[in-house]
Amino acid sequence: MNTKTLVYIFKRILLAILTVWVVITVTFFVMRAVPGGPFMSEKAITPAAQAALEAKYGLDKPLMQQYFTYLRDIVTKMDFGPSLKQRGRDVIDIIADGMKTSAKLGVIAAFSALGAGLVLGAVAALRRNKLIDKVIMVITTAFVSMPSFIMGSLLLVIFAIKMRVLPANGSTGAGLVLPIITLALYPMAYITRLTRSSMLDVLGQDYIRTARAKGVSGPRIIFGHALKNSLIPVITYFGPMLAYIVTGSLVVEQIFAVSGIGRAFINSITNRDYPLIMGTTIILAALIVILNLVSDILYKAVDPRITLE
Amino acid sequence: MADKKFTMHVDVDAFLPATDEEKAYMVQMRPSSTFFKDGVKRLLKNKVATVSFILIILITLTAIILPMFWPYSYDAQLGIQPGKPVDASFANLKPMEYGRSELKRIEDGEKVFPHLFGTDSAGRDYFIRIVYGTRISLAVGFFASIIVLIIGMTVGAISGYCGGKVDLVIMRIVDIIYSLPDMLMVILLSSVLGTVLTPLIEGTVLAKIGSNIISLFIVFAVLYWVSMSRLIRGQILSLREQEYVLAARAAGASGSWIIRKHLIPNCISVVIISTALQIPNAIFTESYLSFLGLGVNAPMPSLGSLASDALNGITSYPYRLVIPAVVISLIVLSLNLFGDGLRDAFDPKLNA
Repeated sequence: MNTKTLVYIFKRILLAILTVWVVITVTFFVMRAVPGGPFMSEKAITPAAQAALEAKYGLDKPLMQQYFTYLRDIVTKMDFGPSLKQRGRDVIDIIADGMKTSAKLGVIAAFSALGAGLVLGAVAALRRNKLIDKVIMVITTAFVSMPSFIMGSLLLVIFAIKMRVLPANGSTGAGLVLPIITLALYPMAYITRLTRSSMLDVLGQDYIRTARAKGVSGPRIIFGHALKNSLIPVITYFGPMLAYIVTGSLVVEQIFAVSGIGRAFINSITNRDYPLIMGTTIILAALIVILNLVSDILYKAVDPRITLE
Repeated sequence: MADKKFTMHVDVDAFLPATDEEKAYMVQMRPSSTFFKDGVKRLLKNKVATVSFILIILITLTAIILPMFWPYSYDAQLGIQPGKPVDASFANLKPMEYGRSELKRIEDGEKVFPHLFGTDSAGRDYFIRIVYGTRISLAVGFFASIIVLIIGMTVGAISGYCGGKVDLVIMRIVDIIYSLPDMLMVILLSSVLGTVLTPLIEGTVLAKIGSNIISLFIVFAVLYWVSMSRLIRGQILSLREQEYVLAARAAGASGSWIIRKHLIPNCISVVIISTALQIPNAIFTESYLSFLGLGVNAPMPSLGSLASDALNGITSYPYRLVIPAVVISLIVLSLNLFGDGLRDAFDPKLNA
């Protein structure tokens, strides 16, 4: 750890904080720009009741004051205010509830994508231009170019409706299998391709030839020498992958009726539940920003050759 | 001359003017080729890219031309005719089936154009909806990429050309927008812009396009230009310092000459390639938003909204999901493969 690295990390953290602040600000003002305010959809509301409602949610105060109150509550208490449509529930509680399922979904999907992707990528690289390599490449190309909602719908048709081997929905147990597969397939395909190309790159290096010349066995070369270095590009994909899983979960939870944070988000948009929309956007955005930060710093940590600007 | 040869060890013949025959030998045997011709040649050699290109052209032409003379339109509910009760037999037809009144016409010896993919739950011909949806998706992808190209190129060029404080400020803004989670912002903005725009554009030509598509364009204009501008800034910065630019300047070339003859031609391949790769990205985003109900306004179809609508009747009519799914995947895949081919053909430097 030299000063340059520390300065870089410091800069990145600063940028991350700035980004989250921009997200909060954009979200706040964009939501306030909606004509008629959040109570527009409620029909036949008397002016007095409207005023009372606005006073209750602090909407009668000047805009800037509302903004600073909102910002202060988030920073000091992680408080995003109450939900407009789900009476008596705080936004943060709804998010925390949804997070439980979504986090499980996302983490399992991420790890299975990582595991399967690494193995498939290594196999493809070692059997380069053989049949198995070609099969893997064709399948992963297909997976990469298929939007997650299409993938999810097709899996739903095939496994839940036609073959009836897995339940079509549910937030626990077997019901989570299809959503996890849907979420994992794209990152898995991407990691496979990434691992394959970086493994091929590494296998062409001089130190691998030296190891071969010394008489090191095949598996030892792969696991002892090649694998570690070919992992480096995969680490850079760590951040984007989690971002993908977070946004992918929005549609996947919708398709499979999983009661996670993604579904809560989409429902809040259709219900025009503004505090919930804002809270979910901010929390998910912060999550993605933090994960990107971690993946960038990790990238530097594993490969000291990389110079950062 | 020949008798002097032993004293001088230089062959005097070598200094004679070249004969026509010798000159002809020096002439390049193949016609000179421009950069563009070279690239096209390389592209045509790439079978995957060529096939994808043909596929894209076929899909695009179908999407543009077919609706012009197809007997059904994308929004006509076939069961509803003026002055007659609603004929429910037109809803949810299986592929190649006919509605009740159509069957009668066939019995009378009339020829009725078949519903290739049947009809949807509102009795609209599904085939033409798919074709029309493809048209919308392609158009959105294309125009969104053009918007991204224009904004990204302008900002990137300014940033790279001016340098200094302007560059610093622009690049910090780019950094922040770049680190925003794009999909979340897209969803947020389009959910709000839809409601804000609807009253604003009512009665104008824009209303026909629909507020959601316009908000999609705005979102692209606001969020997606950053990577393009980064790319162009980097290109301009590195090209500015090239020796041939210095040589041109030393030879007295003017600034506009350098930009026109050196900077733009060297940038253009990178720009075209990244625009080509932006199109599938935009189509992807559009279909994603349409799937969430934030895309095109009904009754206008897009491939994403068709897939989303199909989820309701998925048990009985799975093909209604499979068809748009296959079309989207085909478009995105062939555009990506073609873009890759373009990159390999026109930017040998990137292909390290």
